[in-house]
Amino acid sequence: MMIDPLSVFILLLGAATPILFAALGELVVERAGVLNLGVEGMMITGALAGFAAAHASDSPALGFVAAAIAGMAVSMTFAALTQFLLSNQVATGLALTLFGLGLTALFGKPYEGVKAPAIMPGPLGLNWMIWLGMALVPLIWWFLTRTRPGLILRAVGENHDAAHALGYPVRLVRILAIGFGGALAGMGGAYISIATVLQWTEGMTAGAGWIALAIVVFAQWNPWGVLAGAWLFGGVTVLQLRLQAAGVAVPVQLLSMAPYLATIIVLVLISARQKFGRSGAGAAPASLGRPFHALK
Amino acid sequence: MKRRTLLGSAAALMASSALPAFAQEEKLKVGFIYVGPVGDGGWTYQHDLARQAIEKEYGDRIETTYIESVPEGADAERALTQLALAGNKLIFATSFGFMDAVINVAKKFPDVKFEHATGYKRAENVATYDARFYEGRAVLGTIAGRMTKSNKIGYIGSFPIPEVIQGINSAYIHAKKVNPDVEMKVVWAYTWFDPAKEADAAAALIAEGVDVFMQHTDSTAPLAKAQEAGAFGFGQASDMTNFAPKPRVASIIDNWSPYYIKRVGEALDGTWKSHGVWLGIGDGEVVIGDITEAVPPEVKEEALALRDKIASGEYHPFTGPLNKQDGSAWLAEGQTASDEELASLNFYVEGITAPMPK
Repeated sequence: MMIDPLSVFILLLGAATPILFAALGELVVERAGVLNLGVEGMMITGALAGFAAAHASDSPALGFVAAAIAGMAVSMTFAALTQFLLSNQVATGLALTLFGLGLTALFGKPYEGVKAPAIMPGPLGLNWMIWLGMALVPLIWWFLTRTRPGLILRAVGENHDAAHALGYPVRLVRILAIGFGGALAGMGGAYISIATVLQWTEGMTAGAGWIALAIVVFAQWNPWGVLAGAWLFGGVTVLQLRLQAAGVAVPVQLLSMAPYLATIIVLVLISARQKFGRSGAGAAPASLGRPFHALK
Repeated sequence: MKRRTLLGSAAALMASSALPAFAQEEKLKVGFIYVGPVGDGGWTYQHDLARQAIEKEYGDRIETTYIESVPEGADAERALTQLALAGNKLIFATSFGFMDAVINVAKKFPDVKFEHATGYKRAENVATYDARFYEGRAVLGTIAGRMTKSNKIGYIGSFPIPEVIQGINSAYIHAKKVNPDVEMKVVWAYTWFDPAKEADAAAALIAEGVDVFMQHTDSTAPLAKAQEAGAFGFGQASDMTNFAPKPRVASIIDNWSPYYIKRVGEALDGTWKSHGVWLGIGDGEVVIGDITEAVPPEVKEEALALRDKIASGEYHPFTGPLNKQDGSAWLAEGQTASDEELASLNFYVEGITAPMPK
């Protein structure tokens, strides 16, 4: 019972792409000090908007553009609530998820049972979205660590009062980050409806947004770690299904649990490192989830 | 403290709303909890069609409510309690995993009648109903055995429970009958509804060389995958005709309407009693959807002949000689499996090489 590792890897890349997009977006949002738990809601919105646009225009590429715009649009409600009205980020994010799931269930009715155009194949038989997802990893890493705007974004995330004192527009930086995160989450969701499942079904993201949130923690807020996390989470799913199909007895529950266990271990390591006063490296951005008000 | 006042006020509310009801004819409130969204195009969609059918049948005499996408587990208990507190007197719980929740809630509301799909725990006010899906699987298995070119057929399982294991066995037995070289690959998705995962499961089967597969999960995602790969599949629970004539070459349809109409009628005229029923093709609860032109006419004829023999009771899909997967004897020549045995079926028949999950 030999399994061709290459075919597993190809399936893995496909399974990892939606969570890779969403997690990269959330990474940038969290590095700016904002915790947006609405990833699932933005993904499902993107899944529907992308599918609808791809269906109407017969172009998957336009579908992804529409998904990015839709994801960004719903993330702006989150931005308005948390940045201007200073609402609680956790509660607002959860509300965004529920809102997205409900809204798409309502507006998705006409698209049930409708088919989408096939996605364009790219080099090596992998579609362009898989390539784009992988290309975003070094780009985001470069932006965050090697550019001035990236430095400002991180400064806002680590200590928004200091950033504000230095004259940086904390609120604007955060709104831009939230919008970027929404766009990527929307595209990740659209990957599920346009490339993986090829149709619209209510609730189809089925928790992918939550996995993306776990991956950001697992990755210790580092883009390369996000890639590893997405491959790990995607790989476990694909591998266990593939092993089953090949007739190997696999402990599915153990395998499915593995990525979450790894995430918990990473969290333990982070707090252990802080407790023993080593370095803050790999820890959450210091201002994560804290509301910012200039007149405080 | 807070919860107590809440329950107390809810009870008071119910009592006050129950009083004037004596004056006019009481409207029967019928509640449903679904495991997936009504738009899944499969399992839950069919239950909701049956809900609409009872509304049509009884019109003003009843009022229906449903709660969709209820997870199996503790949340189901909350949803059932909510329906009971809202005055529903007949509640349909439409997934196997709601079983314990139904039993627990039924104890607290002895005057509410519960109907639980595919379960086996019953009480004074809890009836169970199930469909003999394995009868339909026999027909699909026959088609699959004839249609495969690679001699590898696949099955996407949800959870390793008797209902699904019956289906896998039945499909394999009948595929093997028409194609002795056939091999069965099984993938468990451990979900009833997760389109992305179901699509991945289908992709894994296709990568293993499977070219015809069945599914026991609720979404149409595996069919979309089959279409992409040029494989064949079957509509599951619902007809899924959007994918006809290819990749969907036939389907197994759950038709709950006749049963729901009958039971609501009994609740209305006061003759409702707890029972456990298991209805099949012969009762119209399991229906084989249109077999498309992608299937050669002689195969279609063969499949329909099998369906009719099962419907008339002339043939039982589990008829010996049959051995268990480990080679030990199960059914002797001409012996058929009893309902009790099938209801707790936890092994594969001989010839399936896939391991049974523990």
